[in-house]
Amino acid sequence: MSTIKSRPIYPGLSPDPNARRNVVVCDAAGAEAVVELLARADGEFAGRTSVVLSSEGLFGKESESIVERLKPATVETTAGLVPAIDRLKEILASATMGLRLYAAGSEPLIGSVVQAGAENFIDPLSVRTEHRGSLKRRVQCVHCKGMTENVTTNPVKCAQCGLLLLVRDHYSKRLAAFQGVCINAETPDESPELKVEFQ
Amino acid sequence: MTASFLRTVRVAEVEPVASRIKRFRLVSADSQPLSEFSGGSHVTVCMKAPDRLIRNPYSLMGSPSDTSSYQISVLKVEGSRGGSEFMHERVEVGTELEISEPLNLFPPAKIARKHILVAGGIGITPFMSMMGELEALGADFELHYGVRSLGDGAFCKLLEARYGKRIHVYLQDQGQLIPLERVLANQPLGSHMYVCGPKPMIDWALRTATLAGWPDENIHSEQFNAPPIGKPFVVKLTKSKREVRVGGHQSILEALEQNGIDAPFLCRGGACGQCETSVAACDGFIEHNDHYLSDAEKASGKKIMICMSRISGDAITLDL
Repeated sequence: MSTIKSRPIYPGLSPDPNARRNVVVCDAAGAEAVVELLARADGEFAGRTSVVLSSEGLFGKESESIVERLKPATVETTAGLVPAIDRLKEILASATMGLRLYAAGSEPLIGSVVQAGAENFIDPLSVRTEHRGSLKRRVQCVHCKGMTENVTTNPVKCAQCGLLLLVRDHYSKRLAAFQGVCINAETPDESPELKVEFQ
Repeated sequence: MTASFLRTVRVAEVEPVASRIKRFRLVSADSQPLSEFSGGSHVTVCMKAPDRLIRNPYSLMGSPSDTSSYQISVLKVEGSRGGSEFMHERVEVGTELEISEPLNLFPPAKIARKHILVAGGIGITPFMSMMGELEALGADFELHYGVRSLGDGAFCKLLEARYGKRIHVYLQDQGQLIPLERVLANQPLGSHMYVCGPKPMIDWALRTATLAGWPDENIHSEQFNAPPIGKPFVVKLTKSKREVRVGGHQSILEALEQNGIDAPFLCRGGACGQCETSVAACDGFIEHNDHYLSDAEKASGKKIMICMSRISGDAITLDL
């Protein structure tokens, strides 16, 4: 457990039996949690549920098999995280109260869903979340403010300014990113070894 | 909270605004101007009844931007513990009262896209200042206000004149009930509901919103319960090594205050958690009347909220 208060925790998916409409965003690993969610809920729950699947890294057949397993929930398959979040924003723009938002998968996916929810007035605490799969992180460089995606090592080289960043547990819900701080500011000629910490 | 937080105000105006409801305008009676407050705030009014000290919370009803005076409204409750009767019978223009600084346990959610206010009877009071604040912010809001009859509805005309179509009044004697299910349907994402009124109404509104699929984070309520009455008992205090008798119409907190014992409190309605006290022993059963402790904590018998809860039995020993 992190001692950093801002480090998000993900309690796991649970069905809201009263929601008029359930909207779930997940990736391939998160889809397993959604299958379990649907199995736990009553039969009508799935009928009120639509899933946006980020199919990054999946072959066509793998996506099809996931769609099949999530039935009878309706599933829209998108090419990756960015189009999945774009689709979520379209859904939220015209949504009414009674909608329950869920996110399952990697932390960048969950963070992006919570962020899109907040932009549409959904309290982050109302979003039901479950982490599955990769521990990869989105990292913001506190120096140049650039984002580095899919970070698995610590430290990591900033994709924008090239500084070597120590990846912290300090997290910004607004940015959906962990904070990266220059690790060798006083000894720029020393380069600590990159260890894979967020596989 | 201690007596040093109290300040003295003078009653500048008393006006009957509906049957059994009086509005009081309070001005500063010490050298300090009144503090600013936020929409939804209340003050605790200290009443020195002949036989005991009563402290009741009342919502501030004026505009938050106006600190020249505070306004509170008091419903006279028959068969109550005497606070509302004191305000109605013994307080007149010129009376000096001690009040606490304003405290807000019912603020509007700043991130909301729309605010739906649901009031029953005297439960209108916190919404008076809240609507003033929301109006000043240009926020989207509507009020659904259920009253027994037009004669019981304080401020109906004033509110309709000020806020027009955003005010919906329902008269119980005309068979009109708040159609809450319909009100909550199809509200935009990011709507928040606030309810204040009698306990059964609050419970009904919270349940209706939950069944409509509204997340807990979007549902807010405030209730000023008077501490329920019961039989007298004795409170033994381990730290100050004293024994205090709690009368049938008194709360533990009030009995302590009457005996000059400084115990922590904020809301005096069993909501905020400030007066949580450890129980060392109890010769009887604790009657938990708060909505702060969890069911498990209540069942453990190790904690009590002294502003609202009492015991049926002879004595309770508290770590105070």
